[in-house]
Amino acid sequence: MADNQEITAGLAEIIEEVAGVAKDEVTSDKSFVDDLDIDSLSMVEIAVQAEDKFGVKIPDDELANLKTVSDAVNYVQANSK
Amino acid sequence: MSSSDVVVTGLGATTPLGGDVESTWEGLLSGRSGVSTLEADWVERFDLPVKIAAQLAVDPTEVLSRVEARRLDRSEQVALIAARQAWQDASFGDDGVEPERLGVVIGTGIGGATTLLHQDDLLEEHGLRKVSPLTVPMLMPNGPAAHVGLEFTARAGVHAPVSACASGAEGLAWAWRMLRNGDADVVLAGGAEACIAAITMAGFAQSRTMSTRNDDPEHASRPWDVERDGFVLGEGCGVVVLEREEFAKARGARVYARLAGAGTNADAHHITAPDPEGTWQAKAMEAALRNGGIAASDVQHVNAHATSTQVGDVTETVAVRKAVGDQPVLTAPKSMLGHLLGAAGAVESIATILSIHHGLIPPTTNLKELDPGVSLDVVAGEPRKMDLDIAINDSFGFGGHNVALAFTSP
Repeated sequence: MADNQEITAGLAEIIEEVAGVAKDEVTSDKSFVDDLDIDSLSMVEIAVQAEDKFGVKIPDDELANLKTVSDAVNYVQANSK
Repeated sequence: MSSSDVVVTGLGATTPLGGDVESTWEGLLSGRSGVSTLEADWVERFDLPVKIAAQLAVDPTEVLSRVEARRLDRSEQVALIAARQAWQDASFGDDGVEPERLGVVIGTGIGGATTLLHQDDLLEEHGLRKVSPLTVPMLMPNGPAAHVGLEFTARAGVHAPVSACASGAEGLAWAWRMLRNGDADVVLAGGAEACIAAITMAGFAQSRTMSTRNDDPEHASRPWDVERDGFVLGEGCGVVVLEREEFAKARGARVYARLAGAGTNADAHHITAPDPEGTWQAKAMEAALRNGGIAASDVQHVNAHATSTQVGDVTETVAVRKAVGDQPVLTAPKSMLGHLLGAAGAVESIATILSIHHGLIPPTTNLKELDPGVSLDVVAGEPRKMDLDIAINDSFGFGGHNVALAFTSP
């Protein structure tokens, strides 16, 4: 299983690809909506790519709870096989 | 608010002749062709009878950021590019325009069809998960207008006329009405189109309206020539900044020309063929002149719709003679640009505006032998120098839509 740093780096790659946010902006305390200016449509794309990359399932009701980068990293950490 | 004259203060375009207005205008004056052989694999795969098109000179992905490009359909990409150019050209100060007084009217004929096709392929091949959540905002025909409205925070109204090949001109006509009504001070108006794809090429080819001069693409679009055999599909966008004259004057704007009047109506004759008498095309021109308080005999130039089809080209000249008389000098920019469908009327309005501004009418290229049915003076070979005060731009679309715009010198 990947460690937190690797997951954050992987997530940053996806976010850069989908939303054009520079990778070094993607740090654990950042909010997707308020800090990184990522809209709900982009979040759906990011979730689909994260599912493929990390081998997790992110149901819609879980996705709604992922407010910050660390929320997402912790979710992946806890749910990846 | 009192009715107001409408002036043109900014121009933006990306076309098969160039990535901006300057290079497009240079291409028109020098008689360059934007038509070339299509390299896409589907041309051979489906053995399409038409293997040529007028593709953008500068790919939008070279201009936009990677993320912008991936979130926008190509028709939206070209709209954003042209609108940014037009906005910059109009030189609004730091204050810009009050959002409540800024409008957008950008039409399209086909809209985001290539997005629809691509996303359907993804659905069929990979299932739901690979379908983009942006599918609908990318394919909707109001997408180009809506994205431009977002970019410039336009709240006076954002509209997207859809009237096939008249859409771009109708964008200007609609904007003209908004400004005359006092609904806005400034409107970004135009048309966007980017739908060169296997199915559109196949569909138009099946309707037998396209040129099949595949071995000689540069000479395929030949309005009014006896050997014309159909139009050449193109892609691009034109956007103009239109303003209420008082507003433009107050901010000291440079004025290219006046949009004095617009006329719109419909043939109600046939879904694709124009009324052979040109009655309603003529009435659209008459309405534009009437709205602009212009005498028909004062019209010096008509920038024609002329698409290089057998029937349409001559019908339009009959309509011009009926509405305007024998004196106007004609030109057909589609001989170089190809047919930009919903963007055509906007890009060709820009050509008309620049003809007034520079006193130069671009030539109609590929005109070897004028159709004997045409008894008007057509500019061919070289650009024609002319002190131009009054010119009309015509656009007609499948569905019987007729739009005429009357431009005058400032």
